[in-house]
Amino acid sequence: MIAEVIYRVRRGGPDKPEPGMADLLESWHIDMWLLLLLATVAGLGMFVIYSASGHSIPAVVNQAERFLLGLFVMAVVAQAPPEFYRMLAPWLYGLTLLLLLLVEVIGDHAMGAQRWLDLGFIRFQPSELMKLAMPMTLAAFLHHRRLPPRPLTLLASLVILGVPTVLIMVQPDLGTSMLVIAAGGFTLFFAGLQWRWILGALAAVGAAAPILWERLHDYQRKRILTLLDPESDPLGAGYHITQSKIAIGSGGLFGKGWLEGTQAKLEFLPEAHTDFIFAVFAEELGLISVLVLLSVYLCIVGRCLWIAVRAQDSFQRLLAGALGMTFFIYVFINIGMVIGLLPVVGVPLPLFSFGGTSMVSLLAGFGMLMSIHTHRKLLAN
Amino acid sequence: MSGARPNPVAEPVAQWRRWLVLGLLSLGAATVVGRAFQLQVLERDFLRQEGNKRHIRTMLIPAHRGAITDRRGEPLALSAPVESLWAVPSALLDSPQHVTALAKLLNKNPRAFEKFLAQRKDRKFVYISDPLPPADAQRALSLKAPGVFSEPAYARYYPAGEVAGQIVGFTGRDGDGLEGIEKAQETLLSGKAGSRRVIRDRQGRVVDDTLESVAAASGKDVQLTIDLRIQYLAYRELKAAVAENKAKGGLIVVADSTTGEILAVASQPGFNPNNPPERRSSGTRNRAIVDSFEPGSTVKPLLVAQALELGVYQPTSMIDTTPGTYKVGALTVRDVHPQGVVDLAKMLAKSSNVGAAKVGLTIGAESVWSGYQRFGLGEPVYSGFPGESNPLLRHYSEWGQIATATASYGYGLSVNALHLVRAYAALANDGLMPHLRLVQNEQATPPQRAVSAQTARNVRKMLEGVVSPDGTGIRAAIPGYRVSAKTGTVRKVSETGGYHGDKHQSVFIGMVPAEHPRLVGLVMIDEPGAGAYYGGLVAGPVFSRVMQGAARQLQIPPDDMPPPPPRTMAQPGTASPVQLAQHGTLPPPSPEQAR
Repeated sequence: MIAEVIYRVRRGGPDKPEPGMADLLESWHIDMWLLLLLATVAGLGMFVIYSASGHSIPAVVNQAERFLLGLFVMAVVAQAPPEFYRMLAPWLYGLTLLLLLLVEVIGDHAMGAQRWLDLGFIRFQPSELMKLAMPMTLAAFLHHRRLPPRPLTLLASLVILGVPTVLIMVQPDLGTSMLVIAAGGFTLFFAGLQWRWILGALAAVGAAAPILWERLHDYQRKRILTLLDPESDPLGAGYHITQSKIAIGSGGLFGKGWLEGTQAKLEFLPEAHTDFIFAVFAEELGLISVLVLLSVYLCIVGRCLWIAVRAQDSFQRLLAGALGMTFFIYVFINIGMVIGLLPVVGVPLPLFSFGGTSMVSLLAGFGMLMSIHTHRKLLAN
Repeated sequence: MSGARPNPVAEPVAQWRRWLVLGLLSLGAATVVGRAFQLQVLERDFLRQEGNKRHIRTMLIPAHRGAITDRRGEPLALSAPVESLWAVPSALLDSPQHVTALAKLLNKNPRAFEKFLAQRKDRKFVYISDPLPPADAQRALSLKAPGVFSEPAYARYYPAGEVAGQIVGFTGRDGDGLEGIEKAQETLLSGKAGSRRVIRDRQGRVVDDTLESVAAASGKDVQLTIDLRIQYLAYRELKAAVAENKAKGGLIVVADSTTGEILAVASQPGFNPNNPPERRSSGTRNRAIVDSFEPGSTVKPLLVAQALELGVYQPTSMIDTTPGTYKVGALTVRDVHPQGVVDLAKMLAKSSNVGAAKVGLTIGAESVWSGYQRFGLGEPVYSGFPGESNPLLRHYSEWGQIATATASYGYGLSVNALHLVRAYAALANDGLMPHLRLVQNEQATPPQRAVSAQTARNVRKMLEGVVSPDGTGIRAAIPGYRVSAKTGTVRKVSETGGYHGDKHQSVFIGMVPAEHPRLVGLVMIDEPGAGAYYGGLVAGPVFSRVMQGAARQLQIPPDDMPPPPPRTMAQPGTASPVQLAQHGTLPPPSPEQAR
């Protein structure tokens, strides 16, 4: 209401065709639909966090603060035109690579993995930044080049993709490295990567799988094996999956009711308010709500792809498409893990799980999408 | 799509690529939805059950165990609520300051306690304290140490301690009776545990116990026939006598001869049921009931009763025991002192083996055997006490001359103390043999007739001679009362076969007052090692002191007191039996008795 009044005053009267809320926000480089959808997910998440954290108001406040900080970052990012990010991309990539190397040297250990970097005023995971830097850099790299990419371009792209991925994998952070690969891979896919390369890559992965298996840590291997047969070790490696399946299943169609879930409240479900929050959500609110949440996520992805379709140059299109699809993969990996279809990797449910860096970096990504969407120029033809 | 463009405008993504992306999205979404449907609709019930299994627990509410009391209601075993602390070691170890605090509170060495927990790290349930009074347990719980819980239970206390330990027995950590009456009356005492369904979290804490619950049904009290006052006396005197005679052990039984109620039963060595380590000692054996021995000379009165009952002998019959030995086949029966020609009374008073063997051979194996059967030496006592030993009385058809002769003076058969007490109770009770009981509310079985009243009186009369200056049992005399009794000095069977020359069991069994007996008592001292070993010398004094005290407690009128006035005219000022006893004709009581 107030915003509208201000808008009218600025416009100098009501004689012009009445602009809607969407137009108003767009003039501030904010995409209303995306904003609404993101807020819906985060809001739902806060309700579930309250329940899963054992009725902790501080946890919810903390999450809300983080979401607001993320929205602020998003809004700021959205103000700059896409060209700025194209220029920024290589620098950001270089910086992130440097930070990743730094993590190798001086990083903090948490939960057995070396992921965190303490810069004195803030602790964060550089790998998180790479999820943004990767599609940006690849999109920027491919922007001026002939598409679909020629072999040499492709080779260069693979190097850009490979170096940070390996660095993240050795931390070890399998989940994030898969997301970085997804981000880069979708960029290449949208760039029109030929079928033969796609099939070739898939074949190469298939061939390399046994070698990769050898290189995996014991616990990672165990997680994959456990996925195939969680009942083989229900108190050990299969514990997460078993408890999570129980939580989801006992929710039924309509759920046990908010705050009524037992698996999380009684501490049977581990990581209940972070990685496994989806299980709590499904237990308390049921299949119907699962469908609703999934729809909201799909709408977000759809909006991203819509933005990609309407993007005005290669960089923007590739970046928007890759960000949207990565977001989807992000959701899919988390839910797939919680419902017992994918191995347990430490990937939170985006915008929903209680957690730090990922919220801000995700919203920064959406900031770029909004920038792409709201900085369109009217073309002559 | 040929050549780099200077100002590239986005090339639309090829149609098939769009479809591929959409297909990918749909496939992903469909997979998730399908899986959610499978879990939340198809497998919902199963998974819900699995969840309930993990957090709904049925917890037992322990039932209050019934008390065991003596015949007058004095407690012998009582239950009091306690709490045992237990811990999940891994959870507790996460908080070292709590480990230290808890160790201090439980009077344990913090280091040792931590080590104790560390060794049991993989377990989910470890007791960390003995049962504590509820207040102490609450103090420990108020530390709020992680992974520490309490388990309510009842602890069993035995107020009479060692005095009645072997009768009462004890319960185990779970509260089940393991020995003695605690075991025998388990179903009555234990009651029925209640249960409640609770929701517990992963750490085992009870989060919600508003689900259904079934209250526990308390156990019933069990009243014994034991009289704690007599029991204490019996215990004290027996213990003193075993020490004085440097004996290996001993046992004592006192019973009401008319009702068959056992008033006291004790054996040495004893044990204190309140002290768990002692529960594994041999002191837990209630030897009077679970151990058998050869009765020796104490069966001679039963043999005589049978001979009288059959009419083969008369109270006045004379037996020639000269020259103090008697050859039966390869066996030579010997008397300690040759007695010459004696009547039955003297034969019993002097406990002549030769005389008994002659009586036995005269009436024959079958009659000896059936006489013992009449007195129940061939059948269990059915006292209801766990582990009661069975008698060993071979059939007469397996007896030869020698076996008949030895059986006549009590060898070649074995019984427990209760068998002898029961047989003597029949003599005391004018031939009616009562059923021996330890538990008060048990239905009384009617007594069986063993011999005629006349026979019983005759034998009783003869047995008075045992406790006379001429008899073997003069040390068992009780001031103010006449006593019918018999001594027995049994050679113990050697492990290598045959009999020990120097290991004896000294037995004394008798009844008070001789005219109208009320009490039967048996004392046995096992392997006295201080010189004396004759039953009359070793066991007799114990009998005297205990029976005198028991008669006083039960206000049994002495034999030499004028018949009491009718009850309705009883005056409060009348002299007590004790005072009369002290002015009686018999020797004054020893300092021990004056206490």
